[in-house]
Amino acid sequence: MTLTKADLVQQIYKTHPTLTKSQSTESVETFLMLSKSSLINGQDLLLSGFGKFNIKDKKSRRGRNPQTGSELILDARRVVTFKPSGILRSRINANR
Amino acid sequence: MNKSELIEALAEEMNIPIREAASITNTIIDTMSDALARGESIEIRGFGSFVVKEYESYTGRNPKTGEKIQVSPKKLPFFKVGKDLREQVNKHKE
Repeated sequence: MTLTKADLVQQIYKTHPTLTKSQSTESVETFLMLSKSSLINGQDLLLSGFGKFNIKDKKSRRGRNPQTGSELILDARRVVTFKPSGILRSRINANR
Repeated sequence: MNKSELIEALAEEMNIPIREAASITNTIIDTMSDALARGESIEIRGFGSFVVKEYESYTGRNPKTGEKIQVSPKKLPFFKVGKDLREQVNKHKE
């Protein structure tokens, strides 16, 4: 089973009787938009109890095309990493 | 940005009370945590996906002392950033 955006909307709708279906959809979209904006602006995103999304700047480096073995330069880039919180890690390992 | 800042921004953006924005935020985070705790994966288009990887027990070493230790089996969540977010994050690099 894979959880999708539609499942999040459904869960919001179910637990928030004051929200219409379209407001529930809007709330999930807005939540995601705000989270993304933070990261796009180079700001880490800390969701306590869940984990932390970090922005990391990688230097350019020399790499190889694994298929041909030829050398190439990989440009400097900015990436997103995720570090799960201790609470999330122990929850995932609890029911084993 | 932390969770309370996200809640404030959500309340302002949607024009709803802080209390409701907090409840929505917590529901989203709890729903995702619950899914991962059940070993399920998460796929959010444009944002990214989470999968839970399972590790067998293995013999590791304390990198400081070199001492051998037995690492118990464990599960860990992994995040893979979605294409859209990855490109936008990289584009905004100054």
